[in-house]
Amino acid sequence: MAVIALKEYSAVPRDLVANFNGKQLVYASWDHHLLFAAPFLFCVPPQMTFSEWVAGPLTQLIAADPDAKAVDWSSVQWLKANQPWTPNFAGSLAENGVVHKDQIRFRTPGLNSLLTVN
Amino acid sequence: MDTQVTKKKLGLKERYKLLTRDLGWETTFHSREEVFPYVHYEGIKIHDWDKWEDPFRLTMDAYWKYQAEKERKFYAIIDAHAQNNGHLNLTDAHYLTAIKIFLQAITPGEYCAHKGFARVGREFGGVGTQVACQMQSLDEVRHAQTQIHAMSNYNKFYQGFHAFSDQRDRIWYTSVARSFFDDALSSGPFEFMIAIGFSFEYVLTNLLFVPFMSGAAYNGDMATVTFGFSAQSDEARHMTLGLECIKFMLEQDPANLPIVQKWIDKWFWRGLRILALVGTMMDYMLPKRVMSWKEAFDIYGIENGGALFNDLARYGVRAPKGWGDAAAAIDHMSHQLMLGLYQWSFGTAFHGWIPSDDEMEWLSAKYPDSFDKYYRPRWEHIKKLAAAGTPFKNYGLAKLCQTCQLPCVFTEPGDPTLICHREIDYKGEKYHFCSDGCKEIFENEPEKYIQAWLPMPQLFQEPLKGDLGAWMNYVSLVDGQDNGDFDGSQDQINFDKWRGMATSNK
Amino acid sequence: MSTVFIALQANEETRAIIEAIVLDNPEAIVKREPAMVKINAPGRLVVNRETIESIVGRSFDLQEMHIHLITLSGNVDETDDSLTLTWNN
Repeated sequence: MAVIALKEYSAVPRDLVANFNGKQLVYASWDHHLLFAAPFLFCVPPQMTFSEWVAGPLTQLIAADPDAKAVDWSSVQWLKANQPWTPNFAGSLAENGVVHKDQIRFRTPGLNSLLTVN
Repeated sequence: MDTQVTKKKLGLKERYKLLTRDLGWETTFHSREEVFPYVHYEGIKIHDWDKWEDPFRLTMDAYWKYQAEKERKFYAIIDAHAQNNGHLNLTDAHYLTAIKIFLQAITPGEYCAHKGFARVGREFGGVGTQVACQMQSLDEVRHAQTQIHAMSNYNKFYQGFHAFSDQRDRIWYTSVARSFFDDALSSGPFEFMIAIGFSFEYVLTNLLFVPFMSGAAYNGDMATVTFGFSAQSDEARHMTLGLECIKFMLEQDPANLPIVQKWIDKWFWRGLRILALVGTMMDYMLPKRVMSWKEAFDIYGIENGGALFNDLARYGVRAPKGWGDAAAAIDHMSHQLMLGLYQWSFGTAFHGWIPSDDEMEWLSAKYPDSFDKYYRPRWEHIKKLAAAGTPFKNYGLAKLCQTCQLPCVFTEPGDPTLICHREIDYKGEKYHFCSDGCKEIFENEPEKYIQAWLPMPQLFQEPLKGDLGAWMNYVSLVDGQDNGDFDGSQDQINFDKWRGMATSNK
Repeated sequence: MSTVFIALQANEETRAIIEAIVLDNPEAIVKREPAMVKINAPGRLVVNRETIESIVGRSFDLQEMHIHLITLSGNVDETDDSLTLTWNN
C-alpha cells in the first residue's frame, strides 16, 4: 500500500511543474566542491539554452569557490540523474531532456583546492 | 484511652488499579470497533489491553500534586531571572542562536506532541494507556507554555524571538522538525507511540535535552536550565511510557514484530535528522562548550541506545537499520549542516559567525579524524573571504530532501567529499533525498511524502513566485536585524553595551 | 553488561537521594556535571525509600523523585518501597 490508511488514499504532489508559472526546477551540484553546502536549486524556463544556464546562473553561484575560474566547461564531465551524460550546449534545457526537478552534476578532476579527495 | 485505629494505606499498585479499573467499561451502546475505530488499521494485534501498565503507576492526585510543585519551582526561578538581569548573565549573546533555534524548531514540537497524545489517548482501547497518554498530553502543553514563557524574557531584549510560530510553519531550517511531527501526527496511534513515545522520547531526548541543559548551565542561561529541567522531569516518565508501549506491542502478538521494527527503523532515522540541528548547537553555538556532539552521541546514542536494543533483542528486535550509517556520520553531520547555516544566514532568524581560532582548535581536538582534514580548509577559506571584505554568502537556494526536508548537505556513507545524491521517479515525478534512510521512508509510503510542503520549491510558487523580499515578510524575518552575521548585529552591540552598563558605572 | 543510569538535578533535595543510591549500589559511579548528577551502574540500580528516610529523617514518598528526575535508562519497576532500573542483558 502506498500509504497506511483506513481506506484507499491518493494524493496530489505538491511541487508539480504546473505550479511554477512556466518555469521548472533544476538542481545542480559540483562534485567534491563542498564549500557549497548543498546542491543548488534553480527555477528557470525550459527554453533557456544549456549554455545560457551554465554561463549565467551556474557560473555566478559557484564563483566563491577558488577553483571556479579554472573550470573549463568544454572538458567538464556531466551527470544527469546520476548517469554520465553529454549536454548539447546550444540546445534548450527541454531539448536536452532536462525535466522538472532533474539533478545535474558535474565533475572537474584535478581541481580540488578546498577538499582532499580520497 | 481510645486506641487510634490507622486505616491501612493502599499500596501503589492497588491505588493505580483503582484509578484505572472503573474507566475500562464494556461498551454496549456502540460496538468496541465503533468506539475505537483506529486501533486495527495499522496491523497491530492486541489481545489484552490490561497487560499494559504504567510502571510509575502515577495516580491523578499524585500527578497534579507533583506537577503543581514543578510549576511553582519553575516560576520562582523565571521571576528571579527577569528580576536579576538574567539576559545579561550569558557567556555571550551569540549563545542565543541555539535558543532561537530551540524556540523556532523544537518548542512547537512540544505543542504537536500535546495534540498527538490527546488524540491517541482517545484512540487507544486500554485504560492504562489512555491515562498515561492523557498525562503526557498535559505535560507536553506545559512544556510548550513554559518554554515560550521562559524565552519571552529574551524576546524583550534580543532579535529573532518574535515570530517563532510563523517560522516553525514557514522557514526552511525548522521544517526538519515540523515534518517530523506532522508525519507522526498523521500516523496511526501505534506508529505515533513509536515516533514520539519511543524514538523521540527514549532514544533521542537524552541527546536533545541533557547536554542542552548542561550547556545552558555552563553558559549562564538560567531560564533555559529551568524550563529544561522542568520539562525533563516529565521526560523520564515519557521515556518509560515509550519503552513500555513497545514491549507491550511485542508481547501481545509475534505478528507485531515486523511492523514495529519498520517503525523503529523509520523513526530513528527521522530523529537523527532533527539531531543534526542539535549537533550544530553543541559543536558551534555554545560559547562555553559542554561536550561535543560526538561525545554526547557516544554516551546517549551508542552506549545507551545499544543497551536498549540489546534488551529488546529478546523480542527479536534489532538495532535500527540506519544505525551503522548514523555512527559513521557522527564525525561529519554537525560540520556539514553548520556550514550550510552559516552560508545561508541571510535567510535565518538567527545570526551566523565563523568559528574563532580557539573554537577551531576545540573542534579539531574533538574531531581528530574529520575536522582538520575536511572542514577546517573550508572555514579558513570563508575566513579569508570575510577578511578580504567579500564575505561568503551562498545565494543559491538549496535542494531539500523530500522526506526530512533538510537541505541535502550530507555526504555519501564512506565518502565525506561527495554529497549523497538519491532520487527516484514515482508516478512520473522526480523526488530527491539526502540519504538511503530518507529514500526508503518515502518508498514505504510515497503517497504521504509527495505532499510534503518543501520551503524552497514553495518559494517559487504562488504567491511568492521567487521574490526573496516577499519571502522575508512571509516568514516574519526582519532583514538586517534577525539574520546575517553576529558581528555588528544589534544583539552583539546591545549585549556588549548593556553588559558594560551592568558591570561599571559609566 | 549494559549500563543503567539515573540523572537527577543537583539540588538540596537530591543530595540525600544520591547518598542513598551510593549506599545501596556499591557498583554505582557518580558523575557530577553542571546542574546535574548522573549515576551509572552495571545492569541494575535500586533506589530504596527506607535508605532515603534514614538520611533525611522524615518519611519520604518515592514519587517525590519525579520533581527532580532528569532522565533514566533501563526497565523501570516502582513500588512503595523501591524504584529499580534493570537491563536484561
